[in-house]
Amino acid sequence: MGSGGRFSLGTANGGSIKSPMTDTLDTAAPAAPTASAAPAQAPLISARGLTKRFAAFTAVDAIDFDVAQGESFGFLGPNGAGKTSTMRMIGCVSPVTEGKLSILGLDPTTDGPRIRGRLGVVPQEDSLDTELSVRDNLVIYGRYFGLNRAEATRRAVELLDFVQLGERAKDKVEPLSGGMRRRLTIARALINDPSILLLDEPTTGLDPQARHLLWERLYRLKQRGVTLVLTTHYMDEAEQLCDRLVVMDKAKIVAEGSPRSLIERYSSREVTELRFPAGVQETLGAELEGLGDRIDRLPDRVLVYSEDGEAVAAQVHARGLVAETMLVRRSSLEDVFLRLTGRTLVD
Amino acid sequence: MAVATPSFESAPAGVPERSYFASVGAVFEHFWLLYIRTWRGNVIGNFATPTLFLLAMGVGLGSYVDKGSGVGMGIPYLQFLAPALLVSTIMQGAVFEATFPVMAGFRWVRRFHAMHATPITPAAVVGGFIGWLAVHATLVGAIFALVIVVFGAARSVGVILVIPVATLTALAFATPIAAFMAGQRDTNAFNSIWRFGVTPLFLFSGTFFPIERLPEVIRPLAWLLPLWHGADLGRALALGTVGDDPFRHLAHVMILSTVAVLGIVWMLRTFRRQLEGAR
Ligand SMILES: Nc1ncnc2c1ncn2[C@@H]1O[C@H](COP(=O)(O)OP(=O)(O)OP(=O)(O)O)[C@@H](O)[C@H]1O
Ligand SMILES: [Mg+2]
Repeated sequence: MGSGGRFSLGTANGGSIKSPMTDTLDTAAPAAPTASAAPAQAPLISARGLTKRFAAFTAVDAIDFDVAQGESFGFLGPNGAGKTSTMRMIGCVSPVTEGKLSILGLDPTTDGPRIRGRLGVVPQEDSLDTELSVRDNLVIYGRYFGLNRAEATRRAVELLDFVQLGERAKDKVEPLSGGMRRRLTIARALINDPSILLLDEPTTGLDPQARHLLWERLYRLKQRGVTLVLTTHYMDEAEQLCDRLVVMDKAKIVAEGSPRSLIERYSSREVTELRFPAGVQETLGAELEGLGDRIDRLPDRVLVYSEDGEAVAAQVHARGLVAETMLVRRSSLEDVFLRLTGRTLVD
Repeated sequence: MAVATPSFESAPAGVPERSYFASVGAVFEHFWLLYIRTWRGNVIGNFATPTLFLLAMGVGLGSYVDKGSGVGMGIPYLQFLAPALLVSTIMQGAVFEATFPVMAGFRWVRRFHAMHATPITPAAVVGGFIGWLAVHATLVGAIFALVIVVFGAARSVGVILVIPVATLTALAFATPIAAFMAGQRDTNAFNSIWRFGVTPLFLFSGTFFPIERLPEVIRPLAWLLPLWHGADLGRALALGTVGDDPFRHLAHVMILSTVAVLGIVWMLRTFRRQLEGAR
């Protein structure tokens, strides 16, 4: 594959990783001291007291967060937590109600179009043009970023290969599967070579195979140095893709950290899940007391948190408790979420 | 597995704000792309509509009218009908473009939202879409004018001037309707617009018979019918009678332009609200 010319094709490992300097918005115009004077280590996105209200309803309630260059940052939370509302403010398509938001050193209120020029957006709801061909979707999108036709077409061809849709280039979007559409949306979001890729529930509704293909592509972008900001209500997705994440619930951030540190802080190492025959769980009181470090009773099962799940299992046996099924597993973000909010993540 | 990761080294580190006109051009291009994708069917339709109408109404019905008392201007019915029919047909086409495609752009296909995620501003979306409406109306109007000439229904070269009149009338209708449709959640309003708006206007705005044939008391109401202004002006230009009553025709232009401008202002509001407020 030729790598000469203006437009070179990096390979998975040999691709050009951008230096931290190149991604702060740094226009040729000398009249933009705020952007070019930003120190290299300044966060790409910074929010303080960020608030979004719809009439009297508060969808995002004074949240603070920073996203660093090259980081992969996630918003984890259940339906209605305010993830999309936050993403739309970062995407500069929804005005900030209150608080401070800075993206690439710029203010969305005054510099929305310039910021959007450096973002790639995968919205929660598909916005592909189903009446155009797969390739035309990318080309026209490139035109929105000011690429000329030839350049937009060249990038489109390359990006379609990247998301393994090269063979569908001339097809309409209409017959594509959900997973293919998501991949196409990601390709479209990359047409302007964005500094930040915003992904709102990139894999919701996809089958496991489609999700893994998507994760693999995103991981590749992350390796290349693209800053990823994503929302999800799948803990495995958050664990796979996020260096750092915030847990959102009811418009607020309730915890922040790496997946590992969150688990360490808010959960134990292992979890023993006990399912009892119908009606039995309700009768158990003192019999469960003292098992592990902590116990959570869900409607359909009992979770016992401990450093050693097998030891708990042995204790259960020793106490003569007969569970229908007993499962020992590592603690996950799901447990963190349950601990923080008293609710499960996917309802 | 050595999969290529795209890397666009030519991309500038920062993107300067794009000019409004470049953005408008890109939005226009999108709609143009949608049109030429099915251009054969579109163009055939654009020829077929005037041909059928002029055959049925102008030639068929016209032969009866001309045998009777005529339209009272000493001209064949076909020449009376053709320019006004051009204007009202273009108006209808533009109303259609301002309903379904607008709702699709915000709710079904969401292409307006896709545009807004890029440096394109809501004002550029409006500009590009109006540009498309105008170009489309002009294109279809020109085809219609060609058919009129072929039918021998053109009384003077003034028929060429009917095309911009049709475009202006189209915008006076399409812009407020597009502004209104932007906020609609279902197509109920679309049916009402057609049933209670477009169809009655089409029938009673002096396209098929002179407004003077309506009872004296309701005749002044014609001034409230936006289509009448376009039909009356278009006909006068085609027949070369503008000079008979220049103020009336100037008023037509002023009224249509005012409505179009108000429609654009309203569009700027509703399009922005949809793009920035909706999910
Ligand atoms: N345009 C709007 N007008 C009014 N309320 C809104 C609007 N958009 C979102 N909301 C409300 O704000 C809250 C947060 O919504 P948001 O879409 O940000 O949640 P989310 O975390 O993305 O949820 P999901 O996982 O379901 O996508 C919800 O209660 C929602 O009903
Ligand atoms: Mg959401």
